[in-house]
Amino acid sequence: MMRYIVRRLLQAIPLLFVISIVLFLLMNNMGDPVATLGGRSVTRSSDRERLKRQLGLDKPVYIQYLYWLVGNDWTKIDLDGDGTPEASGTRHGILRGDFGTSLVIRGKLVSDIISERLGNTLILMVASEIAIIVGALLIGVYSALHQYSIWDHVLTAFLFIGYSMPIFFIALISQYIFGVMFKHWNLPYLPTVGMFDPQEGKTISQVAWHMVLPVLSISLISFAAYSRYIRSTMLEVMSQDYIRTAKSKGLPRQEIIFIHALKNASLPIVTVVGLDLPLLLGGAVVTERIFAWPGMGRLFLDHVSRGDLPVVMGILMLISTAVVVFQIITDVVYAWLDPRIRYDV
Amino acid sequence: MEANGKIASLREFQPDDLETAPLSLWQLTWRRFRRHRMALAGGIFLLLLFGYSFMGSVFISEKFANFNDTSQRLQAPSQAHIYGTDSIGRDVLARTIYGGQISLMIGLTAVIIEVGMGVIVGALAGFYGGAIDSILMRITEAMLNIPEIFLLIVMAKYFGGKIPDMELFGRSFSGSVVVIVVIIGLTSWMYLARIVRAEFLSLKENEFILAARATGTSNVSIIFQHILPNSIAPIVVSATLGVANAILAEAYISFLGLGVQPPTATWGNMLDGANNYLESAPWLWFFPGLLILLTVLSINFLGDGLRDALDPRSRAV
Repeated sequence: MMRYIVRRLLQAIPLLFVISIVLFLLMNNMGDPVATLGGRSVTRSSDRERLKRQLGLDKPVYIQYLYWLVGNDWTKIDLDGDGTPEASGTRHGILRGDFGTSLVIRGKLVSDIISERLGNTLILMVASEIAIIVGALLIGVYSALHQYSIWDHVLTAFLFIGYSMPIFFIALISQYIFGVMFKHWNLPYLPTVGMFDPQEGKTISQVAWHMVLPVLSISLISFAAYSRYIRSTMLEVMSQDYIRTAKSKGLPRQEIIFIHALKNASLPIVTVVGLDLPLLLGGAVVTERIFAWPGMGRLFLDHVSRGDLPVVMGILMLISTAVVVFQIITDVVYAWLDPRIRYDV
Repeated sequence: MEANGKIASLREFQPDDLETAPLSLWQLTWRRFRRHRMALAGGIFLLLLFGYSFMGSVFISEKFANFNDTSQRLQAPSQAHIYGTDSIGRDVLARTIYGGQISLMIGLTAVIIEVGMGVIVGALAGFYGGAIDSILMRITEAMLNIPEIFLLIVMAKYFGGKIPDMELFGRSFSGSVVVIVVIIGLTSWMYLARIVRAEFLSLKENEFILAARATGTSNVSIIFQHILPNSIAPIVVSATLGVANAILAEAYISFLGLGVQPPTATWGNMLDGANNYLESAPWLWFFPGLLILLTVLSINFLGDGLRDALDPRSRAV
């Protein structure tokens, strides 16, 4: 097992290098970050050149990538533009944990910018994931136990609609019904945008109240994939010999379903959840935009539009690394939960 | 009684008469597909949506779809404007018709790129194996590790504004249409490549490939004439579902304002900024949103039926 984990980790390193190179090349052509610096004042070309030099944007792409990767404190850089490098660099590079500083918010560390937003995204996404798993388990087990009943068909139809639903459409509809129409009918209505009411402050109840609609929208479109999965594994498990044995020795139905069957049927869900979890870091870009949720997705959009390479690269590398690591964790956890699986190298 | 009658009439035939021509793959598929009522309904509904977008332009001109009259802005649905008007006074019905053409065409053309890339990468990796396989699959994995929406946004920024507007069939299209088609194609081929690779890995071990090699068939011919036609079923299924994903991807990216640029309408960019009119003009986002949902839903039903019909062994979970 140890050898398997080590091998997977070693394989992940070149993969992350490929990802970082592809992204860096793409990012380098995303518009001029200097254009938006300093508002209206940075228009003189000498200023622009000085800024580009100070930010290291005058260097060829591969040098920029090298500095981003391993930093530039081991070499001299030319800050005053006289052609001779004199000042030593200050960057440590991403390999030594230095994500750099933002180009847009001058001097602010990328790691600070990201960590400010990471929590907001995680609150929203973890709540959604829990809602999805609980809801999908209920729906999946119910449809499996009542296969081909009228409710199985009705649920399947609704899940299929949810599965095909663009997130913005369900979001707009739920905002309209629970925000606008409920207000119109003098019912208690839900807030449609933001994370808390500025007058009330960022209290737990405020955040929870503002989370209802985004969580509802995300889970409604995600139920289908999970619950169909649970339904089919549950059906498979229910036809196993050991379930028949449990039935014939007269165990209560509840015990058979929830202890004997569900335990084994929910194993494959570990894979689905494990592969979805890292994506939660990035949040749902579109969802956060509609609900004006101050998370990573909106951070990404704001900084992409201004060509802020260090921040955008930081976000993307964080997510990619999480995806790779979670894939390995998922495989290991799965083998640990299901003794039939062995990773013999 | 009836069964006995059948047996009696069968006895009158000679054995040779009983042998009918074997059914082709498509005949077999059609037989199984026909029984899948929801898939059939999805297919018919999809034709209606195509009819809506393409026949609609016979009755309503594109000039009208792009005509803005600011005195008529944000009009609620009425006799004159069945779906109402948008924030600069354009008719929403006319724009859903012309937007539908672009959205559906983006879906179809992006899938052509997706299938092209996926088949080539998957076929090369699966057929040649070894170093080619390793390199191509590492690239595929790298692409899969970045969530698609982030990749789309980065690519939309990368290619955005580099292609000028163009004239085609006497109409002018925003160059961003081409950009969107290309980036959706470039960010969605990975799953298909994996499927094709898996098919090639198993098919190339068959005896008929050995026979083809023995008769001196070239590699290109083995790939495209012997293996590819045998792996057509999963390709057709994922291409069908790919159209739905491409239409959704266009909608997402246009919703964020990074997609197709106005005045060219798409169902996606009609929704850009619509959340500012959540309360005051729900018709702005309701009709394009509903059309996207119906299209994606029909394609998913169609794809589901095709999967059952073409490839009965693989059941969707």
